[in-house]
Amino acid sequence: MSIENLKTYDPFAEADDDSGQTKQTQEYIHIRIQQRNGRKTLTTVQGIPSRFDHKKILKVVKKIFACNGTIISDTESKGMGEVIQLQGDQRLKIKEFLISKDEGLGLNEKTIKVHGF
Amino acid sequence: MDAEQTTQKRASRKSVAFTDEKLVVDADGNVTMVASPNDDTKETAMSHTARTPPLSAALEAFTDAAQAHTELSAADSAPAAAAAATDNGDGLDLSLLKKKKKKVAKKDDDAEGGDEAAAPAEEGAIDLSMKKKKKKKVVKEDDEFAKKLEALNIEGKEGDETAGAAPAAGAAADESVQDGDMEKGTGIWGHDESKPINYEPLLGRFFALLAQKNPDHASTGTRSYKIPPPQCLREGNKKTIFANLAEICKRMKRADEHVTSYLFAELGTSGSVDGARRLVIKGRFQQKQIENVLRTYIIEYVTCKTCRSPNTDLSKGENRLYFITCNSCGSRRSVQAIKTGFSAQVGKRRKMQQG
Repeated sequence: MSIENLKTYDPFAEADDDSGQTKQTQEYIHIRIQQRNGRKTLTTVQGIPSRFDHKKILKVVKKIFACNGTIISDTESKGMGEVIQLQGDQRLKIKEFLISKDEGLGLNEKTIKVHGF
Repeated sequence: MDAEQTTQKRASRKSVAFTDEKLVVDADGNVTMVASPNDDTKETAMSHTARTPPLSAALEAFTDAAQAHTELSAADSAPAAAAAATDNGDGLDLSLLKKKKKKVAKKDDDAEGGDEAAAPAEEGAIDLSMKKKKKKKVVKEDDEFAKKLEALNIEGKEGDETAGAAPAAGAAADESVQDGDMEKGTGIWGHDESKPINYEPLLGRFFALLAQKNPDHASTGTRSYKIPPPQCLREGNKKTIFANLAEICKRMKRADEHVTSYLFAELGTSGSVDGARRLVIKGRFQQKQIENVLRTYIIEYVTCKTCRSPNTDLSKGENRLYFITCNSCGSRRSVQAIKTGFSAQVGKRRKMQQG
């Protein structure tokens, strides 16, 4: 846990669009799972930085994981940004993908939070 | 060997544990408690030893290294070393993900047909986490160190022999094998024993004494936090009843609502509380799954991050923030509010909305 009120950054500064760095110092990527009927599940990935092209990510991920999926747009997810939704329990795989430097996004593992059982 | 035993003991220890079978009282006889402490260690992804490596972790690494070394020299086969490595991994609690990764790496190794040591191959794998890498390095260094130590010992012995001052009893005994009961003061621990004791048993002795003299030492972490295991019953086909939520909450000193909302947020479902204060969760969940969620809850909202004591209070501070106040060390830290995050519409509702 970092100390919240001893940050050096200016909270009133505008977030720059390229990196989104100012805005996302404490932003986590949440990977969640939801049960559907039977043994079926959904995996939702929330908070992938906007510098990535979500559509492209989805396209690649669908191919690798052999599952279908959609992007839930900003309006539909009620202010939680674009959410990638995949069919089945893809939590571990998507985490690996997000971290992986070669064939993934190369994100920091600490920014990813995997929820669920 | 002393060291080996302590390592194993340490490996099976865990910060958050669920009590054993005998304490569980089944309501309907449906629930059977299968989790033994050892199994738990392999399943859990959360351990405090991994987060803040205390002194004990250092010792662990050291003894592990020694173990690995002996095994290497004995068999000199890659699989054995790999097995040792996985065993050692328990101390650092690899998550399932990493284990899987590891298997893949091993397979690759096999595919190459290389019967080399497993360590370099694993280092070659991309996705092993930092934790893992660190561990590997430590092991290696210690290995070298141990080799050097041994070499020094051998030199010393030769020197002794050339000097012609070979001790009567210790001549036959290998320098590297140092036996004896520390408590009774026999063998190398004898009062009038003048032979230099190796670093490893000395270090072991230090920690044994430390644990002995300070039973409630925080960094030793011998006491694990125990709560009764959750009892899960199935109601019908689609609902799960979490029977002893109230009891668990009482033990953790947390409000039922807080735990409930956390459970719902993590499991991505909803539910209600029935007449007997049991929690009814929508969806099928196994006891193990609930256990995992409870474990993360305890780590996030119950244990004190400073002294790791579970004796804490959760209170609402000034600005709608929740604070955890530790009763044993007095530290205070803010915790994040429980957020449900995005949850997709599942089931009939979605169809209704669209259609």
